[in-house]
Amino acid sequence: MTGGSVGSTGIAGATRIGDRTAERVWRALPPLLVLVVVIAAWEAWGGDQVGNPLAAPSIIVEALGANTEVLIRSAWATVIEALGGLFIGTAAGLLMAFAAARFIVARDVLLPLAIGAAAVPLIAMAPIFNNWFGLTNPLSKMAMAALLVFFPVFISVTRGLVEVSPAALELMRSYAVSDTEVLRKVRIPNMMPFFFTALKVGTTLAFIGAIVAEYFGGTSEVLGRVIINAMFAGKYGLAWSGIFLGAFVAIGAYMVVAALERRVIPWYIALRGGEA
Amino acid sequence: MTDIVVSLSAVSKTFLTREGEGTVALEAIDLDIRSGEFISLIGPSGCGKSTLLRIVGDLIEPSQGRVEVNGKPAPQARQDRDYGIVFQAPVLFDWRTVEANVRLPLEVTGIKGSERDQRIREMLDLVELGGFVRHYPHQLSGGMQQRVAIARALALQPALLLMDEPFGALDEMTRERLNAEVLRIWQATGKTIIFVTHSIPEAVFLSTRVVVMSARPGRISHVIDIDLPQPRTEETRESERYYDLVTEVREALRGRAVESTPIRPGAARTRAEGSFG
Repeated sequence: MTGGSVGSTGIAGATRIGDRTAERVWRALPPLLVLVVVIAAWEAWGGDQVGNPLAAPSIIVEALGANTEVLIRSAWATVIEALGGLFIGTAAGLLMAFAAARFIVARDVLLPLAIGAAAVPLIAMAPIFNNWFGLTNPLSKMAMAALLVFFPVFISVTRGLVEVSPAALELMRSYAVSDTEVLRKVRIPNMMPFFFTALKVGTTLAFIGAIVAEYFGGTSEVLGRVIINAMFAGKYGLAWSGIFLGAFVAIGAYMVVAALERRVIPWYIALRGGEA
Repeated sequence: MTDIVVSLSAVSKTFLTREGEGTVALEAIDLDIRSGEFISLIGPSGCGKSTLLRIVGDLIEPSQGRVEVNGKPAPQARQDRDYGIVFQAPVLFDWRTVEANVRLPLEVTGIKGSERDQRIREMLDLVELGGFVRHYPHQLSGGMQQRVAIARALALQPALLLMDEPFGALDEMTRERLNAEVLRIWQATGKTIIFVTHSIPEAVFLSTRVVVMSARPGRISHVIDIDLPQPRTEETRESERYYDLVTEVREALRGRAVESTPIRPGAARTRAEGSFG
């Protein structure tokens, strides 16, 4: 449920919704047009030359059709790694954030370190994680994904728990309630929008972490290996279909998180004044 | 049972600056407030009027002096939830509907079931927002948000209401409407109200007594009885007596009568003797 806007009733409301749909179509049109032009240009450029790294869209579609089963199995394996990493990274981030919000010392020490760490290309550690947790063990890919997810979740959730209006805390003090109650009634709800913003970033990062870690070796039926092996074999159509499948599942996961956000904090979506 | 709801004697507050020096925010505050009074605290910024309100509510501890609310030390009164408070910002929670915001104090104090529902309805009717229970704060105007905050402050049915410049951020028209509304609530419920403001007309129109403060250090310079007849209406704002009292408060704020002796608690009206007329 999203909060209905004030005074939008009857015909006035209906007109506004109609207008909004028209506006949405109108706004979607230019990017769609650009996409069509790009694909057409790509098709013309790539043509049907075998061995062209920029395989034409028609070749990619063909490769997709010819390798459907292995691609789906690989995508599934990658999804498991990414989501496993997302789960571990989010859980660890949440845990640390609650600790940091509770203890000022932890916050003063850990938060600057985390902000520094978040600015570093952590993905460079992928080969090390592979050897550390086992090249063929999916846990090595999950660990890489989890590390990328951890920092934004930790930083955002800590902020969400700490950045509460002083007046809100005074109000709670006037009710003479415990810190636990302040946490439940003020800090946690205040943190939820921060959490979902981090979770959406984290979802994208989890797929990046998993696929890049796969590039550095492991079992063959994962998207990263499919892309690399196809590339070395000169099968660029297959490589590109792996890339697009990765994009597809990552967008899907992102949309699930966004839908979850709309369900859990509808007030925030309404407050922000729209979707996305 | 004593008739005195709030009793302050020799209250002072010194804040420590970053350099470790003390800034005297309040000095030698003596004030007794009787049940059912409407007291305005008025003064220039930095006079400590908001600090004084927070000391009454035990949101800030005084450095010295004795603070009693309902005959108890202020911390005990806070534990007993003896007062409701309204801040300058509405401080509503974005994730709660109007109804759920008013429900908050009832939730945390464990008031449940039909009594809770009835109280919420009663309070929202009192501030004339009965039709907005399911709205979220961001869907309301600033004035409506502040009325929700008032309903929330009254939900625990405290005998004392502390209001810290509640209408300071609102436009003049809305402010006057809400002034009338606060008076109506005050008359209907018989609460004792302490109201911080920097608006002279607002203080005179609402109060039974105006406490004028001066800054650096924050002190009570005058206590002016407002003997305008009740109930106060739009006609009150146009009466000669109202103008006289506005002038009196203004002159007191300008410090025309600084030489007059400090005000004893519960003392009779002190006129700004140094003024003309």
